[in-house]
Amino acid sequence: MYVRVTDGQVEQVRLEIYEPPRFFEAFLRGRSYTEPPDITARICGICPVAYQTSACWAIESACGVALPPELGVLRRLLYCGEWISSHALHIYMLHAPDFLGYPGAVEMARDHREIVERGLALRRTANAIMATIGGRSVHPVNVRVGGFYRVPTRAELEPLADRLRTTLDLAVETVRWVAGFDFPDYSFDHELMSLHDPGRYPIERGSVVTSGGLEFAAAEFEQHVIEEQVPYSMALHARLADRAAGAVLGSGFYLTGPLARYSLNSRWLPPVAAESAHAAGLGDTCRNPFQSIVVRAVEVVCAVEEAIRLIEEYVPPAEPYIAVEPRAGTGHGVSEAPRGLLYHRYELDQAGMIVSARIVPPTSQNQGAIQDDLRGFVADRLDFDDERLTLACEQAIRNYDPCISCATHFLDLRMDRR
Amino acid sequence: MTDRVVVIGVGNEFRRDDGVGLRVLESLRPLVPDTVRLVVSDGEPVRLIEEWSDSDLAVVIDAVRAGALGTPAPGRTYRLEIEQVGGEPLAAVSSHGLGLGNAISLARTLDMLPNRLVVHAVEVADCGYGTGLTPAVAGAADTLTTAVLADLGIS
Repeated sequence: MYVRVTDGQVEQVRLEIYEPPRFFEAFLRGRSYTEPPDITARICGICPVAYQTSACWAIESACGVALPPELGVLRRLLYCGEWISSHALHIYMLHAPDFLGYPGAVEMARDHREIVERGLALRRTANAIMATIGGRSVHPVNVRVGGFYRVPTRAELEPLADRLRTTLDLAVETVRWVAGFDFPDYSFDHELMSLHDPGRYPIERGSVVTSGGLEFAAAEFEQHVIEEQVPYSMALHARLADRAAGAVLGSGFYLTGPLARYSLNSRWLPPVAAESAHAAGLGDTCRNPFQSIVVRAVEVVCAVEEAIRLIEEYVPPAEPYIAVEPRAGTGHGVSEAPRGLLYHRYELDQAGMIVSARIVPPTSQNQGAIQDDLRGFVADRLDFDDERLTLACEQAIRNYDPCISCATHFLDLRMDRR
Repeated sequence: MTDRVVVIGVGNEFRRDDGVGLRVLESLRPLVPDTVRLVVSDGEPVRLIEEWSDSDLAVVIDAVRAGALGTPAPGRTYRLEIEQVGGEPLAAVSSHGLGLGNAISLARTLDMLPNRLVVHAVEVADCGYGTGLTPAVAGAADTLTTAVLADLGIS
């Protein structure tokens, strides 16, 4: 992170936190249409299911195939596991220590062992979902284009439902715990973007909506979102084309992720999650990034509740997958990774070879908005020395749960005071 | 040989030398009995703890930055054994920022270390995007396979 201050004014804040998956896009070229679910899952160890899901939707769409609802249920159930796992990690291991004044989870665990153990218990249940549906908890191997290699029986899912009912209490306790933290009074005014799946909280599918009233399908994503190379970083910054057109540079930034999902879809939360959100003092929308920890906790409740419902209503599909024959064409897929909207596009030739691939992850979409927020954040703290400012900025960035390999102590702050 | 044994390879096969732990796992696969669990890990500490907490013996193979422990020498390997009590965490060693050192500290705090934990670390040369190991690190993978077999009591 680079900050330039001239005569007490913040002139520039540049954040270089994330490399886009260009290597994987190039690596996928010339490979078979059946390979992206496995290969792209390697991009992010914390959200492999998101990559697999967006990839599957895109390829199925390119091949003109619609996933039967009974297989869609399993896609959502597996995704619930990933939400619980990723959010529990962020809440307990990364974010909560900031609010409680600890440098990290290890120090927090010394004083609050039972709390950290609750976080680990949430993760264990999440891993059990991933292992049962996905074959294993890291880089699930059971996912394929058109469905799964194998689908579970009702008997295999029953013990999972029992475990999830116990976990629901832990999830509700988590909301209660984080709702008691002190939150700085702060609010951003970025446009928010998330999926929209009327009647359900958006997880594994949906159309795209924004708080500014845009609504479009996955196939129109690249007409609405433009990515621009910025000179100081490998990263591309995403902007909304509709807002950026003819306007000043820097406009059109938007945020995707828990705050966007919640603010655009809180009315679709299942009952226990809705009740938890209400008890935690959240309104219909939430624009304070510090409170994102509460929203993540509410989304954990939502994912646990949804997983229970999906298992209770589960009817094993007749076939574990539907045949997907290759054809020349382009397909687009979106899903809600724990940290925000994840877009994939694949262009296939007649034989199903990948001609081109495009992956737009949530962190590259959020980068511009995060940087914009940091400018104001730094301006209010210019009297801090560099060490204290680094710590404060790390905490501010952690609010957005950016996808970086080492999110605990990662900030290399360069202050240029003139 | 002890009862519950896990070998964990930490790394990413798409970041060249960072995949060394995974290469060692593949070499071990035909050589160890089914009772030894071979686990691929991205180094995320909670998952590491979950994988090893119930084990009598856990062997972890991880990459470290060249020069992290003195003069750079890609392919050089280190073997460290962490006992349940005492011993220093490897905070500075792992190439995965949120990785092994943190996992060991956290596991120790929560009494979730395996009975015996052996860590093999390899100095790496190139962790850029791509597949395949540099020659020095590929050589180290062979040496490590033998070393891990010795840890497991298989010769």
